[in-house]
Amino acid sequence: MERDTRKFKSVEKYQVDNEIYSLLPFRFHSIDEEREVLVNEIGDYLLVPSGTAASIAGRRIDRSSSLYRDLVANFFISIKPVPDLLDLIAARYRTKHAFLHSFTSLHIFVVTLRCNHTCHYCQVSRATENKVDFDISYQDIDAGIEHIFKSASEDITVEFQGGEPLLAFEKVRYTVERILEQNEVPEFRKHIQFVICSNLTVIDEQILSFCKTHEILLSTSLDGPAFIHNSNRFKNGSGSYESVIEGISRARSVLGNDRVSALMTTSTLSLKYPKVIIDSYLENGFHSIFLRPVSPYGFAVKNKKKNAYHTDEFLKFYKEGLEYILELNKGGISIREDYTTILLQKLLTPFATNYVDLQSPTGLVSNVVVFNYDGFVYASDEARMLAEIKDYTFRLGHVSEPYEDLFFGKKVQQILNAGVAESLAGCSECAFLAYCGTDPVLNYATQNDMQGHRASSIFCKKNMEIFKHLFRILDSGVPEIESIFRSWVYQK
Amino acid sequence: MIDLRRKGIATSIPVSIVGRVSKADSDFVVVSSQENELEQGFGGKVVLTTKSLSNFPQPLVHSVKSLEGITVGDVIQILPSGVLHVLFRAGSLDNSLFTTDQCNSNCLMCSQPPKKVDDIEYHFELNCSIIRLMPATTEIVGITGGEPTLLGQKLFEMFRMLTEMHPHCLVHILTNGRAFAYQSFVKQYLSVSTENHIWGIPIYSDFYSDHDYIVQAKGAFNETIQGIYNLARIGARIELRIVVHKLTVLRLKQLTKFISKNLTFVERVAFMGLEYIGYTPFNDQLLWIDPLDFQEELHDAVVLLDDLGINVSIYNLPLCLLPKEVRRFAIKSISDWKREYLTMCTGCALKTDCGGVFGTSKKLSENIQAIRIE
Repeated sequence: MERDTRKFKSVEKYQVDNEIYSLLPFRFHSIDEEREVLVNEIGDYLLVPSGTAASIAGRRIDRSSSLYRDLVANFFISIKPVPDLLDLIAARYRTKHAFLHSFTSLHIFVVTLRCNHTCHYCQVSRATENKVDFDISYQDIDAGIEHIFKSASEDITVEFQGGEPLLAFEKVRYTVERILEQNEVPEFRKHIQFVICSNLTVIDEQILSFCKTHEILLSTSLDGPAFIHNSNRFKNGSGSYESVIEGISRARSVLGNDRVSALMTTSTLSLKYPKVIIDSYLENGFHSIFLRPVSPYGFAVKNKKKNAYHTDEFLKFYKEGLEYILELNKGGISIREDYTTILLQKLLTPFATNYVDLQSPTGLVSNVVVFNYDGFVYASDEARMLAEIKDYTFRLGHVSEPYEDLFFGKKVQQILNAGVAESLAGCSECAFLAYCGTDPVLNYATQNDMQGHRASSIFCKKNMEIFKHLFRILDSGVPEIESIFRSWVYQK
Repeated sequence: MIDLRRKGIATSIPVSIVGRVSKADSDFVVVSSQENELEQGFGGKVVLTTKSLSNFPQPLVHSVKSLEGITVGDVIQILPSGVLHVLFRAGSLDNSLFTTDQCNSNCLMCSQPPKKVDDIEYHFELNCSIIRLMPATTEIVGITGGEPTLLGQKLFEMFRMLTEMHPHCLVHILTNGRAFAYQSFVKQYLSVSTENHIWGIPIYSDFYSDHDYIVQAKGAFNETIQGIYNLARIGARIELRIVVHKLTVLRLKQLTKFISKNLTFVERVAFMGLEYIGYTPFNDQLLWIDPLDFQEELHDAVVLLDDLGINVSIYNLPLCLLPKEVRRFAIKSISDWKREYLTMCTGCALKTDCGGVFGTSKKLSENIQAIRIE
């Protein structure tokens, strides 16, 4: 027996004897009077007693404590000025920013501005029969497709919007078929997913069978039960609840339940009814809901009575809704809140998300682009909504222009420069920087400045409070809730 | 348990012989050597028998206590002293190529403590013979030590032979991964790497010095983590192995979180019970904890990683010591030749699903008991 190998050394012998630890970049914010959250550069967080950040900076952390271990192991402090595992931190940072690797993935075609609905919060649509002025031309579709195949992204989503895009189904069909035809060429080949955003009131067998053939996803609008939906969304002067429900069930019967999704928009009326809205989603067979505030664009801001509510009111609605959804889950009913899920992906996983509105550098252009019905190219869906009130700030040019001019031009540089949270006042030092993003279009629309002003920003106010709220929930340490959250994030 | 080492009385065995069993029954086994160690004229065959024979014309080991369990296709080493080592058992999924007793770590709970011996060449030659002789149908073979990466080029040579002669055989290597912290080693490995290689790498804490203390090697944590990253970068398959004992239970939750953030790319995470042998009895005070007393920590760790979609397994712990909800993660991991069931296991409703206990362990939980179906 080799006795000399049994002379084991004590644990102290393995600690590096540095008198002072070094700080790695991290940010912090209080979540209530007693607790604060620390977030490091790669989005890992620790929930700790108030004052901890100050103790860390003052080098007052006891080296034998479990907090000291947590701080080292989670890359908040380092034994050496340059951490031994810097490579790992770099890999983690790259992973969190993987959405930047491949450039534009979401390409939106606004095939027509015509619509059979007149919704009071709508930003863009026109109830008109005039195809010539409000439908996209075949020539512009062809030019848009050329741009799609120039994107460096391997994974492309092509989304059809309107108006009601299915009023111009022949244009949708043409676009899909043209793209698939081009995708046959081996050197162009990409993974392409199609989505049609439709109110589902004009679908017929021909459309559905086309969707089935090409595995097209349908995304529709459902604002809750009939009394809410009908007060928001009108067709021929009356509520469209019955016809959208019928459309959903018809689409599901052909395409399958998982191929049809719904989005809700929160109007002033909705604010009082989070539970009722969630129940209506469950009754209609949905297992996820996106509690979404109205966008401050286009016609929406003109109709103040129905749509202008304070962020505080929305936050109350969101919190009540989330609490109810968690209760449902605890009772064994599976339903997910989509916005929370996106944020939790950022909090709980090392991965990037593709949600354009919460990215830094901004997802405008680098993740999404819009080919509008009139052939003009915009930095996002919201950007073309601004154009409907004659503000062309985010118009990149005409689809017929060369790719380089549109995607790398002066305008794009200006937008992207304004969209780096890491360098924006009020963002760069924010604890939630690693999870958040910037939206120059929203800043411009609400504050008349692409960079925006954080202290008075509705975007900032909403997201700050939601992050804090989620951290408070996580801090409560209820295993059941953590497990529900994981089931949303990993969708097992 | 099955004895891999047996002894008889050798006649006409001048040197160590490695051969493949070509005939086997309970009293006689014929081992064919293709390695030319024997004088020509005997067809390269050695006879092993339980009988007492003399004046036998052929190389022979007689009066072996038992030949039970030896089957056609097994690879056996026969020493001039009459000692027989079963090096490879045909039809078993638990075969390993033992590479060296040396190690650059010295883990507190090592079941096979390292020795400072110059044994690499010896085991390498033996392993080359085994690779040549093992059945073409072999599905999986382990490579173990000691620390196999200490072999350097010789390890890569073994990989080359395995790929050439057994292109479909999975190779599961147990290593501390520290060698892969160095790019030059990674680069050399790259030329022999295949998708059949799975690297089993232990990690004991998310905090560097707790891990370094457990493996008794300064800087080991950083090297192992860097090594895992370097392996992942070249697309290698990785299994993390966490031996659960009194020291690792302390930060098991934090370690699991560390994995969920930093090591999500691994193919599997295995939580392992102690084998009470080697250093462990010596370090009993530091290490021993009844598995019943870490049920909650183990449960939470397994559930968290499973929720994340990572494959999770529990090795070396009998089902009766596991929380019900995680029993489905238990694998019959104890090598078939070491596996044992106790008298109280008789009548256990889950015995056939259970991996039993280490027959080699000198101490077992006092809470092992038959599970009755209500």
